[in-house]
Amino acid sequence: MNWVKSIIVGIIAIAILYVLNAAMSATGFFGIGIDDYQSRLLVFIAINVILATSLNLINGFTGQFSIGHAGFMAVGAYASAYFTVTHGKAIETSLSGLGETVASSIVLLLAIGIGALVAAIAGLIVGIPSLRLKGDYLAIVTLGFAEIIRIVILNIDAVGGATGYQVPGYANFLWIGIFAIITVVVIHNIVKSDAGRALISIREDELAAEAMGVNVTRYKVTSFVIGSAFAGVSGVLFAHYNKFLSTNDFQFIKSFEIIIMIVIGGMGSMTGAILGAIIVTLLPEILRLLPAIQIGETTFQFADLRLVIFALILILTMILRPQGILGTTEFTDFFKRFRRADKPTGGLE
Amino acid sequence: MDTFVQQLINGLTIGSIYALIALGYTMVYGILRLINFAHGDIYMVGAYAGLFLATSLGFAANPSAFGFVVTLVGSMAIAAAMGMAIERFAYRPVRKFSKMTTLITAIGMSLLIEYLFVFFFEGKPRSFPQLLPNDNITLFGNATISTSQILIFVVSMVLMVILQYIIYKTKIGKAMRAVSFNLNSAKLMGINTDFVIAFTFALGSALAAAGGVLTAQYNPKIDPLMGIITGLKAFVAAVLGGIGNIPGAVLGGLLIGAAETMVVGYGSYIGIPSTYRDAVAFAILILVLLLRPAGLLGSNVQEKV
Amino acid sequence: MLTLENVSVSYGAIEALTDINLQVNQGEVVTLIGANGAGKTTTLRTITSLLSPREGRVMFEGKEISSIAAHKLLPMGIAMSPEGRGVFANLSVRENLEMGAYIRKDKKEIADDMEKGFLMFPRLKEREQQKAGTLSGGEQQMLAMVRALMSRPRLLLLDEPSLGLAPLVVHRIFEAIDEIRAGGTTILLVEQNANAALHHSDRAYVLETGRIVMEGDSKQLAADPRVKEAYLGE
Repeated sequence: MNWVKSIIVGIIAIAILYVLNAAMSATGFFGIGIDDYQSRLLVFIAINVILATSLNLINGFTGQFSIGHAGFMAVGAYASAYFTVTHGKAIETSLSGLGETVASSIVLLLAIGIGALVAAIAGLIVGIPSLRLKGDYLAIVTLGFAEIIRIVILNIDAVGGATGYQVPGYANFLWIGIFAIITVVVIHNIVKSDAGRALISIREDELAAEAMGVNVTRYKVTSFVIGSAFAGVSGVLFAHYNKFLSTNDFQFIKSFEIIIMIVIGGMGSMTGAILGAIIVTLLPEILRLLPAIQIGETTFQFADLRLVIFALILILTMILRPQGILGTTEFTDFFKRFRRADKPTGGLE
Repeated sequence: MDTFVQQLINGLTIGSIYALIALGYTMVYGILRLINFAHGDIYMVGAYAGLFLATSLGFAANPSAFGFVVTLVGSMAIAAAMGMAIERFAYRPVRKFSKMTTLITAIGMSLLIEYLFVFFFEGKPRSFPQLLPNDNITLFGNATISTSQILIFVVSMVLMVILQYIIYKTKIGKAMRAVSFNLNSAKLMGINTDFVIAFTFALGSALAAAGGVLTAQYNPKIDPLMGIITGLKAFVAAVLGGIGNIPGAVLGGLLIGAAETMVVGYGSYIGIPSTYRDAVAFAILILVLLLRPAGLLGSNVQEKV
Repeated sequence: MLTLENVSVSYGAIEALTDINLQVNQGEVVTLIGANGAGKTTTLRTITSLLSPREGRVMFEGKEISSIAAHKLLPMGIAMSPEGRGVFANLSVRENLEMGAYIRKDKKEIADDMEKGFLMFPRLKEREQQKAGTLSGGEQQMLAMVRALMSRPRLLLLDEPSLGLAPLVVHRIFEAIDEIRAGGTTILLVEQNANAALHHSDRAYVLETGRIVMEGDSKQLAADPRVKEAYLGE
């Protein structure tokens, strides 16, 4: 039931996306046009939505604390890029009978499959030993693994090493949007399933969950692997949209940005993570619109304050509202409250 | 053989700096069970405070031993005040919340310090003035040791001895150990635990700042993000030695420093290129946490249940 | 000396203490007995400001102490030997006692008081330089009591001093309570061992599920059939 409903919602969302895509390619579509800058922003929102919702599965719903999500994004990005760089053209040629669009789409889907798989394997390798650790130690280990992954990639000359890696641009607005929607639908359904309730029970009280027969280790590792796989997908899309990869894109700060997204929205809230991804993507653009300030001989740009503002948001959120803007509630719950005003909404939380 | 001696000297030099920073991590973790992510940035602030003092007090133009001491002590004091302020305004309000909340606050604080410095001082490195003459002394073979390396050994040794004295012999030091074991019991003794915690931050921050100034004498390029990697390695040093354990932090720092330079010197023989030097600490961290989470000198006796 | 007026305490939605009225007069030994979970420790934690009352107030020598910071009570003259002893396992016996005298500056008299403590429990003298974590349960209890005395309190709060100790050690602890009282210190004793507590105190309160259900002279309560049945196992 849940699946059917959300797949319908997903299809509607993809239809809207298709219209948007059309609006973009033909500037005159119903008089609405989206320029390159706007479509680029939408793409980065979509990529960040994938990152935020997948990290939210690990941190928000399962109650683990990973701060190395960018590492798995890097794994997906580089593994898939290596595939498309070495085999992309050949596969496209052999499929040329199906038409250019179909052929290149198949290459992208293969790349996504590879990126997700390799990132999932990385997640498994990292997850099995480290999920024995609790809280802050787990956090540090994920950070350490992400950095090791980055340094290893930096030392592989086949993927460009320190000079960066040119990647063919297979991913476009439509595909990235579709995968953002798929990610949201899949993770939403995991969370609402029996397995999702098991994950939440681990977050609330690990010992009690164990006592009630939940295989805590297995669920923790599974959620970590699924989260990593989706981070890998976001990496694939990023690589094939940006057409260039540098290990600098996957430093600590990238992992922290994803943390900021889910903290702002509220860990354990699906809509919160999406909201956080949108805010984190758009805030720098809004800051860029503000005029520069001249103090003495130096000019200060508000855009340079981006990370200062994020840091302040993090600290103030923790002090004033540690559960984040939405906490574990969903944005849509507010509408439900109006709609079902006649039904009691209280009860134990 | 002389390469080995040379790498060892270099390793112990960096290791002493790691040790100075690791002490702050270990003390704060011992008392609050908090990984103070911003601690590495205090090391950076110490270097900038030193640059500010040395320039504004004229020591940069007229280097002297006196100027170095004033710069060192002054930047330690500035960092101590900053450490206390961070504790008071960011960590104290969230102290009673979950571990995840305090950790996120610490990450936020780290980013705040880093990017405020990037904003005001720009991202590019600045050069730190040479406050003491730096000569190379040739040891046996071709190994050399510079006077700034000797300075790092001597000053960090002196500071660690002072710290050891404070923690084991003074009233406030004993109170720190009491608070780290049982906060509520310490309150019942009439110990102002908030003050003890603030003092711990001051002490740790001062040591990190000393590390910053000393590093800047050895390698005079300082930049606002210099504390990230160094700070994380120092944290690894604290974990390796056994977090909460003071001698452990020193041992861990020296070992990490030595391991790192050994990889640079000899790693290529076993297929590890020197570019992996930054990965060494993290690999050690993961091995320690998986094989011996209590660290080399740590015991589980101090673990709270 | 110490008065609890209509004190109620709750942990979140759960009420742990309801309308507690309790008084300890100068020079008395008062005991608070009750079963596990009756609220004995909660009462002590409220008196020492580790918890704050939802309603009512705690008065000490005419001053309200309900909202005072926990570490400021010791200078006023209230010391506690907490439940589970709360010794600093990572500090030596001597350092634990120094912590007990943390608020005092008179080095000479502190040394004298330490010697008095060692006289009361010579075992501690033997273990002076040992880490408190290596002591036996009974020795830790002795240390906790002497440590609490190191601040020269006028009121001493003892939380379950006999818990988990061998009968011989329990006997020694209660003897020490008599000695402390003879030295002029007022004592509020919280105990599950009702028999011993009633024999070594002047007055007693009986706590059941967060309420005081009986109070009076210890000798009379010890003879009360309801107390006998519920707490003395007769």
